[in-house]
Amino acid sequence: MVVRSAAQATCKAGVAAASRSAPTTATSILSARSQQRTFATVQEGTPQRKYGGLKDQDRIFQNLYGHHGADLKSAQKYGDWYKTKEILLKGHDWIINEIKVSGLRGRGGAGFPSGMKWSFMNFKDWDKDNKPRYLVVNADEGEPGTCKDREIMRKHPHQLVEGCLIAGRAMNATAAYIYIRGEFYQEATVLQRAIQEAYKEGLIGKNACGSGYDFDIYLHRGMGAYVCGEETSLIESLEGKQGKPRLKPPFPAAVGLFGCPSTVANVETIAVAPTICRRGGKWFAGFGRERNQGTKLFCVSGHVNNPCTVEEEMSIPLRELIDRHCGGVRGGWDNLQAIIPGGSSTPILPKKLCDDQLMDFDALKDSQSGLGTAAVIVMDKSADVVRLISRLSAFYKHESCGQCTPCREGSAWAMQMMQRFEKGQARAREIDMLQELTKQVEGHTICALGEAFAWPIQGLIRHFRPQLEERLKGYAQKAGGEALAGGWEHDASKKGHLIAPGQ
Amino acid sequence: MASKILPIAVRHGRRSIPHRSFLQPRSFSSTPSSFSGTLYVHRHTAENNPSIPFKFTAQNQSIISEILKRYPPQYKKAAVMPLLDLGQRQHGFTSISVMNEVARILEMPAMRVYEVATFYTMYNRQPVGKFHLQICTTSPCMLGGCGSDAIVKAIEDYLGIHAGETTEDGLFTFVEVECLGACVNAPMVQINDDYYEDLTPESIVTLLKALQDSARIAGASGMDEGLAGKGVGAITGQDENVKAGDEVGKQATRMYGVPKGVKVPAPGPMSGRRSCENSAGLTNLTSEPWGKEKLRTDGEL
Repeated sequence: MVVRSAAQATCKAGVAAASRSAPTTATSILSARSQQRTFATVQEGTPQRKYGGLKDQDRIFQNLYGHHGADLKSAQKYGDWYKTKEILLKGHDWIINEIKVSGLRGRGGAGFPSGMKWSFMNFKDWDKDNKPRYLVVNADEGEPGTCKDREIMRKHPHQLVEGCLIAGRAMNATAAYIYIRGEFYQEATVLQRAIQEAYKEGLIGKNACGSGYDFDIYLHRGMGAYVCGEETSLIESLEGKQGKPRLKPPFPAAVGLFGCPSTVANVETIAVAPTICRRGGKWFAGFGRERNQGTKLFCVSGHVNNPCTVEEEMSIPLRELIDRHCGGVRGGWDNLQAIIPGGSSTPILPKKLCDDQLMDFDALKDSQSGLGTAAVIVMDKSADVVRLISRLSAFYKHESCGQCTPCREGSAWAMQMMQRFEKGQARAREIDMLQELTKQVEGHTICALGEAFAWPIQGLIRHFRPQLEERLKGYAQKAGGEALAGGWEHDASKKGHLIAPGQ
Repeated sequence: MASKILPIAVRHGRRSIPHRSFLQPRSFSSTPSSFSGTLYVHRHTAENNPSIPFKFTAQNQSIISEILKRYPPQYKKAAVMPLLDLGQRQHGFTSISVMNEVARILEMPAMRVYEVATFYTMYNRQPVGKFHLQICTTSPCMLGGCGSDAIVKAIEDYLGIHAGETTEDGLFTFVEVECLGACVNAPMVQINDDYYEDLTPESIVTLLKALQDSARIAGASGMDEGLAGKGVGAITGQDENVKAGDEVGKQATRMYGVPKGVKVPAPGPMSGRRSCENSAGLTNLTSEPWGKEKLRTDGEL
């Protein structure tokens, strides 16, 4: 029986095996067996490394859930402001090198290597210029889904203040401005208290920490404009103008805030810098995959059982992140419909891509999405994906600053089309028109808001086209005919509404 | 002759037959269509025109000098945003007189101030109620918890107003806003400077009732003073209502309308959780915090 089935298998194994193997039956059976169990006896290199499961002793934000106070004394207890003077005295090259070794990439969404960005400030002959130089901290957290900087500012204000000092030293800045979004009044107050405490103790200000380096930190509240999270528009806003992005070049590192060299960095990037310097860049680089190293704050919201913000290792599998920290998707993993992996401007991913998705810059880029700010928005099967993306289009329409025509007009058009798609009141070819519209905007605007509103729509069309078409068919059945152009209804003339000529 | 008259008669005759007029209802709009929640132009009204005087109080003037120290002296106009905010808190809303006064103080053209005041959404250029209810309805809030749709409905049912309107007693102004950055605690609402998170249709009504009671007991009516609280904590760091670190989200009631001391729920999650942690129990940060023993040992520091 066994022999016979094996012999059959030999036949099935095909021409390739037969042509190679010796003609005796015994060997042919053996070779067929080894063919079926491909690579069974071969050692497949080193065991694959699993990411995730960060230990508490490696978490940078130990007070994320508010176990301790946010004042200076409590902050010093868990290690802030320890040996800051020594770090400052090491000089800018040492700090930048540590950051480069750590592999830290900007946490604000674009993921630009921070060490390199900071080193742009120390261009040739920078010290011959007596202009002030600024570090600008971007605390204008407005990306839907993102709520990590808020937790840093109200529970770890001293980590941010110390980070400003160290990052400021690395780029030889004279002062830092923290641009915090206006709605975060409470966070701004907590931060202002921390700044005052630090001034009082001589940690910042003249001769900061006794290192002979002068450094000031100022707080500036925004007043509610999403676009001010873009670096040049943030600078414009800080100068007391409308927050409309500037053309680059010149880059802020050459001509930035108040016409002086400046660098804009995210709160999280700045806040992790002191711990990286104290524990070593190599320690930080030990987490996550190559080129995506470090730990990261993930904010998981939407249809999970227990939404939460958590610090985890980079490259953690999405499923583990949700199951371990958020109590799983509502109704179990199989009830998952889609996720938005990194804040609203990253394209949506359907479940089939989520199953073994790693959460880091490169892995998500390979899935045609992005890590962004690591704000995971989870949608289960009950969610109306079209409506959600349509709401995001309305968000971008509201937040477009109106400077570049493709974005100003395109976002309004896209919103109107998406709102019709929501009802199904459109024709199938309009899906392609919408896709084309987003492609026309992408890359033709000064700042990234053009891409930000185009990508979610492109993601929707890429992965949820069948659902869209189904919705159009449903509308056509209900309304008695395919939707008319321009959102006209079939019974408009009966209702006495104004109709277009020829209808 | 007849050959000449006939065509004329026919032509004129056809014209003289009255046409049956098809009445087609044509709505016409008398105002430009507004694509935003607020109007971008200024129109003089009784409570908002340049002849209404506005001066910063002495206390606010000292705060202004504090603010001006933060910016380079030649870039005084960088202070326009905090000054407008201060004016809004004092006056109740950003009226044109507030803008003009700010322009005078900062020595900048008034138009530059108008540009700023119209660009940012947090400047209310129309009067708002004592409690400015701003609900986030962006996608994460739409999904999270019970969903913002349920909260919007609960508010509309309870207060009897729709988004963009003010109640008759001038206590509440209700608006829908874009993401407020508390997505993990969705759905949420911002009332003046405070975030109330993890809402349910029941808890939002409880909250609104408490605010109504507090206003009644404290004897405050709407529209008569600035937004509640002095709101200068971001400049002076002093605001006893703002909690940090381990005091965030402590479920204590808090005093509102300070002289008479009325209790209202403290800001933060209304569900009993502290802030952004897993509500079913901590999944991390359960061990003792690490200290200096974990620092680098390679002798660099």
